[in-house]
Amino acid sequence: MGASDFAKLPHIGESLLRKEDYRFLTGAGQYTDDIVLSNMQHAVFVRSPHAHALVRSVNKAAALKAPGVVGIFDGQDVAADKIGGLPCGWLITDTSGQPMKEPPHPILAQGKVRYVGDHVAMVVADTLENAKNAAELVEVDYEPLPAVVDVRDTQKPGATQLHEAAPNNHCYKWAIGDKGAVDAAFQNAAHVTKLDLVNNRLAPNPMEPRAAIANYNRAGDDYTLYVANQNPHVERLLMTAFVMGLPEHKVRVIAPDVGGGFGAKIYLYAEDVCLTWASKKLNCAIKWTCDRSEAFLSDAHGRDHVSHAELAMDKDGKFLALRVHTDANLGAYLSTFATAVPTILYATLLAGQYATPQVYVEVDAWFTNTAPVDAYRGAGRPEATYLLERIVSRAAWETGLTQDEIRRRNFITQFPYQTPVALQYDTGDFHACLEKSRELADMAGYDKRKAASKAKGLLRGVGYSSYIEACGIAPSNIAGALGARAGLFECGEVRVHPTGSVTVFTGSHSHGQGHETTFAQVVASRLGMDPSQVDIVHGDTGRVPFGMGTYGSRSISVGGAAIMRALDKIEAKAKKIAAHLMEASDADVEFANGEFTVKGTDKKVTFGQVALTAYGPHNYPLDKLEPGLNETAFYDPVNFTFPGGTYICEVEVQPDTGVVRIDRFTAVDDFGTIINPMIVEGQVHGGLAQGIGQALMEHCIYDRTTGQLVTGSFMDYTMPRADDMPEFRLGHVVTPCTTNPLGTKGCGEAGAIGSPPAVINAVLDALAPLGVKDLDMPATPHRVWQAIAAAK
Amino acid sequence: MQVQLKVNGKSVTVDAAPNTLLVQAIREHLHLTGTHVGCDTAQCGACTVLVDGRAVKSCNVLLAQAAGQTITTIEGVAAADGTMHPMQAAFKECHGLQCGFCTPGMVMSAIDLCQRHPKADATQIREQLEGNLCRCTGYQNIVKAVQQGAAAMKA
Repeated sequence: MGASDFAKLPHIGESLLRKEDYRFLTGAGQYTDDIVLSNMQHAVFVRSPHAHALVRSVNKAAALKAPGVVGIFDGQDVAADKIGGLPCGWLITDTSGQPMKEPPHPILAQGKVRYVGDHVAMVVADTLENAKNAAELVEVDYEPLPAVVDVRDTQKPGATQLHEAAPNNHCYKWAIGDKGAVDAAFQNAAHVTKLDLVNNRLAPNPMEPRAAIANYNRAGDDYTLYVANQNPHVERLLMTAFVMGLPEHKVRVIAPDVGGGFGAKIYLYAEDVCLTWASKKLNCAIKWTCDRSEAFLSDAHGRDHVSHAELAMDKDGKFLALRVHTDANLGAYLSTFATAVPTILYATLLAGQYATPQVYVEVDAWFTNTAPVDAYRGAGRPEATYLLERIVSRAAWETGLTQDEIRRRNFITQFPYQTPVALQYDTGDFHACLEKSRELADMAGYDKRKAASKAKGLLRGVGYSSYIEACGIAPSNIAGALGARAGLFECGEVRVHPTGSVTVFTGSHSHGQGHETTFAQVVASRLGMDPSQVDIVHGDTGRVPFGMGTYGSRSISVGGAAIMRALDKIEAKAKKIAAHLMEASDADVEFANGEFTVKGTDKKVTFGQVALTAYGPHNYPLDKLEPGLNETAFYDPVNFTFPGGTYICEVEVQPDTGVVRIDRFTAVDDFGTIINPMIVEGQVHGGLAQGIGQALMEHCIYDRTTGQLVTGSFMDYTMPRADDMPEFRLGHVVTPCTTNPLGTKGCGEAGAIGSPPAVINAVLDALAPLGVKDLDMPATPHRVWQAIAAAK
Repeated sequence: MQVQLKVNGKSVTVDAAPNTLLVQAIREHLHLTGTHVGCDTAQCGACTVLVDGRAVKSCNVLLAQAAGQTITTIEGVAAADGTMHPMQAAFKECHGLQCGFCTPGMVMSAIDLCQRHPKADATQIREQLEGNLCRCTGYQNIVKAVQQGAAAMKA
């Protein structure tokens, strides 16, 4: 079935209430820490208090005598058992043609620690309290070394060196675009706008901290790992094939209810491997639940780019070329997808919504004494959007155009559109998004509102951001050519039961996105049944065939498409069974609203009758068809999907205090076909809150000298709270994706991608009369006040 | 140490070490795992329960301090036949939850909020929910749910 027929089905576009809500609202959700197994021990990690130090020795003697302790493991034990380091899933090739530097990433320190929170030892005891007490008794002899946390410091001559395998702390230099053509375009430019900016480091902070329970079963020589994770098959593949050398069929990974992910739960972490390894050594189940303080230290962080950008224009404000250099902070080690974020997921988006003929981007990626940095909601695309939308608005102000007019003059209008940085956009309507956003934001009334603010002594400003993102990750052949070490397809299995109800097994994982509802809507609509007759199973390698999981706004467009393909097979087989029952030829059978009919006759059988026949094949073409109605499909997308939109933010700034208040925030998105508007809008709300959080509040700060994490708790790291957020105005433009059978584009990350530059552009617009020209995120009252004071 | 208290309408005795937190007693001794722990600094509110009708962060109270008091956790909010409390129903109808982890604490705070401030407007609700963090929803639908739940609780 194609996208246009799909969009017309019943239930598509309906805000069905969520099937999963009852258990969450009544306390019946089952998150990893809620699970209690028999003979379950508790693990605590001894973590480095130093940002960079040699580990001279680890003395476990006193701790081993502490009450309840059953085992303590350190780097020597890891080495003795030949447990490998954590792999990086994406190989980037340096501009020199050499592979990126890939230093070892041990699960427990091998003679050196490289960030505060780095794993030194694991203590296992009968209770959590005993494990914590014993961990205090592990004596680690550290020899502290100088630390470097900032990308601008780590590349300086004489900087402390993290890894022998990465001279000068450099991981790779990577570039995309035609440098010669870009340089030539700059020579002919009527105007060049330049901008330096920092994309602030963030802590993802899903509300459920990471947690895992590993359980070794000696009778079957197999393992079960419960883990708060977004992609259990990927977790299993990386752990078995690349780290522990275990056969995959002996490891079952279950990601039960997971309390948010936002990227931080994609990766294979050291804790997961330590628990699995030790559960066999100790022949027991071992639980570890991360404290929030530990999460700040050890979850992969997001963003942390320092960039310089230049935009060349002609005399009419048409973009001629964009030139960008970015220094990306990868942290102390390469996390699972770290290397793809500042390259494939970033630089390829720098054409944005604009028909800029030439773009050249150069990226240097660096190691520092900080927690590993990896994908966080948006992953590269927020960094690209922030850079591009900031420089476009600055270009407008420098050339006397309005923020909307400069965008109109440069929007891409013809599709498909091949950008100069590899991507081919299939569809979109950027003008429609801009105009609809202006209308919803009531830009006609802006001047009045600005005057009213002025009368109150407040400065009002408006900021635009027209973002595009590449979602539906990813065509495996393209990803492979770009360095991915795994495929990026998805699987779906549709199991029709004899009485006609359906269980669907999907490789996508829901940790807040509502797949149990949306995917059931897709299936119920196709088969003409009530969504209550469809259950979705996910998050268990023991039940789902094989799946790549949920990230990059890929679930509906890739996982949903796999289910659609499986439904195509179900429908094809069911038609044959129906044809047999109605004594018609296969070609004359039609299926709609749960009924099979024969063209030109009044014959019909229901889907339920066909299902029953498939499992009770008494009157059945057994010579031509197998019994049963159970189909699996693997779907590999042919292109990325390209959600886009225009966000408009309006702020009021108090010039005396630097306090910024968002007065209104309007988001118009094009997500293609929308299956459940309620869920989609919820995803946008959440993304906006994270993007506004980045713009105004959130900042993960390491002390530049000592490498200590300054923002290590919710007392220090400013999480957005209910009274920090405005009421959002949302709108949609729909141009269905042309490359998948649902027409969907993905909606999970848009809010976090599009909003930061809209906010900062609004603050800069408000401060323009005071002479403020630049401001880095987060625009806290202190920073805004400093900028105002500096401009005076 | 033995502590008697009433939890979700039932009298219970918890035998636990003196340093046991109320949230540990609820989760680990009484196996009521709907009450969650999202931080270690009493900031996130995922562990919120009602103690004698008032919303309290159970990570910040010793079990001993709750002796003799009446505790309601998220498991005790719905009717005996499973019908959701009007506030739970409002959260569902308004899509006021996504991953569900902050939700129990959010619902407990909301019930207390509406009992204390039955006429709270959106701004007041946002201020009153300061103690409960949600990373998924951006709060908009939570505020809507609390308004709708408040109206339903009055009805």
